[in-house]
Amino acid sequence: MFDKTTAGDTEARPATSGTDTAGRDVPLLDIAGLTLRLPDHAAARPILDGVDLRVDRGETVGLVGESGSGKSVACRTVLGLLPKGARAEGTVRVEGTDVLAMGAAGLRDVRRNKVAMVFQDPRASVNPMRRVGDFLTEGLRVRGVPKEQALARAQELLTEVGIRDPHGALRRFPHQFSGGMLQRVVIAAALSGDPALLLADEPTTALDVTTQAEVVGILRRLQHRHGTGMLFVTHDLELAAAICDRIYVMYAGRIVESQPVADLFARPRHPYTAALLASTPRLEADAAAPQPIPGRPVSLAEAPPGCAFAARCAFAIERCRSEAPALVSDGPAAVACLRADEGILQ
Amino acid sequence: MSASAPASVKDASTPTPPLRRGAPARIRKLAAQGPLFTAAVLVLVLLVLLAVCAPLLAPYEPDAIDLKNSLAGTGPDHWLGTDQSGRDILSRMLYGARTGLLGPLAVVGVSTVLGIAMGVVAAWRGGWVDSLLSRSMDLLFAFPAMLLAILCVAVFGAGLTAPVIAMMIAYTPYVGRLVRSIARQEQTRPYIESYRVQGWSGWSICTRHLIPNITPTVLAQSAINFGYALMELAGLSYLGFGVQAPTADWGVMVSEGQNPLLKDVMLPALAPATAIVIAVVAFGIVGEGLADRVSKRER
Amino acid sequence: MNRPLLRFLLGRLVGLVLVLLATSFVVFSAVHLAPGDPVSFLMRGRPVTPQARAALTAQYHLDEPFARQYLLWLGDVLGGDFGRSVQFRQDVGELISQKLPTTVFLVVYAMVLVTVVGLILGIVSALRPGLVDKLVLAWTGTSIAIPSYIAATVLTSVFAVKLGWFPLYGAGEGFTDQLWHLTLPAIALALTFAGLLARVTRSAMLDELSREHVEVARSRGVPESQVIRKHVLRNALGPIVTVVGTMVASMLVATSIVETAFSVKGVGSLLINSVTVKDFPVVQALTLLVVAAFLIANLIVDLLQPLIDPRVALGGDPK
Repeated sequence: MFDKTTAGDTEARPATSGTDTAGRDVPLLDIAGLTLRLPDHAAARPILDGVDLRVDRGETVGLVGESGSGKSVACRTVLGLLPKGARAEGTVRVEGTDVLAMGAAGLRDVRRNKVAMVFQDPRASVNPMRRVGDFLTEGLRVRGVPKEQALARAQELLTEVGIRDPHGALRRFPHQFSGGMLQRVVIAAALSGDPALLLADEPTTALDVTTQAEVVGILRRLQHRHGTGMLFVTHDLELAAAICDRIYVMYAGRIVESQPVADLFARPRHPYTAALLASTPRLEADAAAPQPIPGRPVSLAEAPPGCAFAARCAFAIERCRSEAPALVSDGPAAVACLRADEGILQ
Repeated sequence: MSASAPASVKDASTPTPPLRRGAPARIRKLAAQGPLFTAAVLVLVLLVLLAVCAPLLAPYEPDAIDLKNSLAGTGPDHWLGTDQSGRDILSRMLYGARTGLLGPLAVVGVSTVLGIAMGVVAAWRGGWVDSLLSRSMDLLFAFPAMLLAILCVAVFGAGLTAPVIAMMIAYTPYVGRLVRSIARQEQTRPYIESYRVQGWSGWSICTRHLIPNITPTVLAQSAINFGYALMELAGLSYLGFGVQAPTADWGVMVSEGQNPLLKDVMLPALAPATAIVIAVVAFGIVGEGLADRVSKRER
Repeated sequence: MNRPLLRFLLGRLVGLVLVLLATSFVVFSAVHLAPGDPVSFLMRGRPVTPQARAALTAQYHLDEPFARQYLLWLGDVLGGDFGRSVQFRQDVGELISQKLPTTVFLVVYAMVLVTVVGLILGIVSALRPGLVDKLVLAWTGTSIAIPSYIAATVLTSVFAVKLGWFPLYGAGEGFTDQLWHLTLPAIALALTFAGLLARVTRSAMLDELSREHVEVARSRGVPESQVIRKHVLRNALGPIVTVVGTMVASMLVATSIVETAFSVKGVGSLLINSVTVKDFPVVQALTLLVVAAFLIANLIVDLLQPLIDPRVALGGDPK
């Protein structure tokens, strides 16, 4: 349903693999063992627990989970945007350098030149009191691009994302745009610095369905054209499947499964993924009716010991409630379920 | 001195129907607001007690002149010393608390009642009644309370009555506007509609449900207004427009303390000044605490 | 100028004139509300000579019916004739214009203090949560509760009597001398308002700090100082400008106390003095002046809002 992106694909730059100074291949983004705690008075409240995640150059990776699963927090960590007072363990390497260990100057460099983010709600993410031109050029201006040049570049970008009258648009204010148009502006702004990695945090959730498809299309096309790697955060498995190469599924602050898209759909390994798939309405005529997942999603802080999903899992056994499963790799796939090898989902 | 708008409590609010609680639970609830809030409440309670019991507590008559003892320092006879006419400052402070609190009480009491009435009627009736009431409140806003009070003194002469009446009028729109805005929100809530469907009259819904539910927010505003009224009335007395000397009043005492000040005797002016500031701060803290509680309950 | 703006301006000007008319009516009829005969009221109860009675009757058109009296008086006022001060035996307009510069100097001085101190305190406490914020909150909470007459008392006793750094009273002459004379009065006047502005600034900034577009700016590597300036402070300007605007008129009233406390001969002390001696024409004129100042300040604030927030459309809301 989101496959209207082929037009841009032909001119896509080949996804080049980056190399660090030693000549080894380094992934664009490599999150390893990321644990995040919020101090809540005495006991530190955990929000992420041992998250591992990788994005290669030019690759599109989905991070899927229900609200409160910690996916947005994980995504923001890549830019060094931690919740107030949060403590992080583990590493978040962008092109080989750990963001968590960076000083202010290093962080600025990452934010200005390497990683850009598209947020969920364009209305909230653009300052309503400043002109669209100011918003678009802000990222370029802080990198030292002269004003005239930045404005010219902004106009180019607006044309690229399909805004009519880009020259006039620069002088207008955010409230004079529709949500979809404004999200295009946000995407243009994110791409203004030619980032190697684009973080998209539910970029279409706040939009209506038809604009969603358009915005995703633009995102895909530009990503291909610029050879940008993308981490696409969403709660919508279907949408992630349409645009991603690989998908990570997150539940209560932990990665519970990761697989290439085709495999994930063909053979989900974690009961949660399977339940998510079953809860998505299908368009096919012979598809089964959607099955909602019983219970409500929990955050890591309120999760019981053992597997956080156990309470809602149809296959949970006694052991699931006491022993937390580790994420076990199996070729391109990884799954954190004690019963993953038992073939329960077949 | 602020002749200014009493700082308004957050406007937008939709208090949930209040739960009825027993007195002990209420006290515990109040204490949970934090030590500062508790302290402020205690200060106010103490203030009221001192004012009520002034005749029992005061060591001297507040107006007893003793010229031989002019500007005596602090000592066992006069804990806070004496003023220029040799009057005991402590006794005058205690009696001063009475006039100091009574004026604002009248101002806040009347303006709160009037404000609630105007606000609820405007919100409930809507239409031309609303615009008429709203416009007249707008008109009143153009008069700073202090100015209206001064004008009334100019016409009717000095004394507590004219300024108090003027301030009752001047404070009403602050309450009225607040009440109108929260009543309009409260009105759209389902429970009001359900009473309407059950055939309750507008009067009963307003008096039994709407007004009790907006009261906590209004009380918060009224506590803050009380501080401002105290400050402004004391200011008028300081100018010689309010309480008339020789009656003991904090504002009058500050004014009478100006001469000793030039002789470097601070206490006659400083003692009542401190009392005013403490009282106003306490009212401010209580008002903000109450407003805080309301907004917390909404979440 | 576009049409909605024009209609808005027109509407507001009509409203302003109506409120001023209502005020003038109140102020005028106050003479008749006062107990006793208007002439003896206007003569402050002094024995009235036939000449004085004739002069007052002519000035206030007392021999005419009430409505006509008002209209005639209004006509005089619109022509700039507020009558004669009973106390100073001088034209009221002239009297006020003599004293106004001192008060304007004082108010502007205090306003500068309020803006600088209030903004700095508000910004600091919004940006430094924890101890600094608590200290500033404690200070602003107290300073809001310090009425100007008490501030005047304390400032005089410390800086004028004990230390002798500043003069006890008077307004001084020439710019620097005035500055020196009016420093203590300006501080006394500014204290409450600065606390108020600090509080408003703090809460407006905290509001903005929590917004996502601020996080977005940070996520793009915009330096924090620029984030604060161009996004947080810029967007918090609305409430700040509103509260500063409404302060101007309140300050005009508050000056009356401060000017009295420091014996500064401005329109504030003139108002108090005129009330004390029942010099009613002066009271009338000054009341109208303050109300007009309040209305104009409000109008300016409203006109500034769309410049601050482009989403505010003038004329959209008839209020």
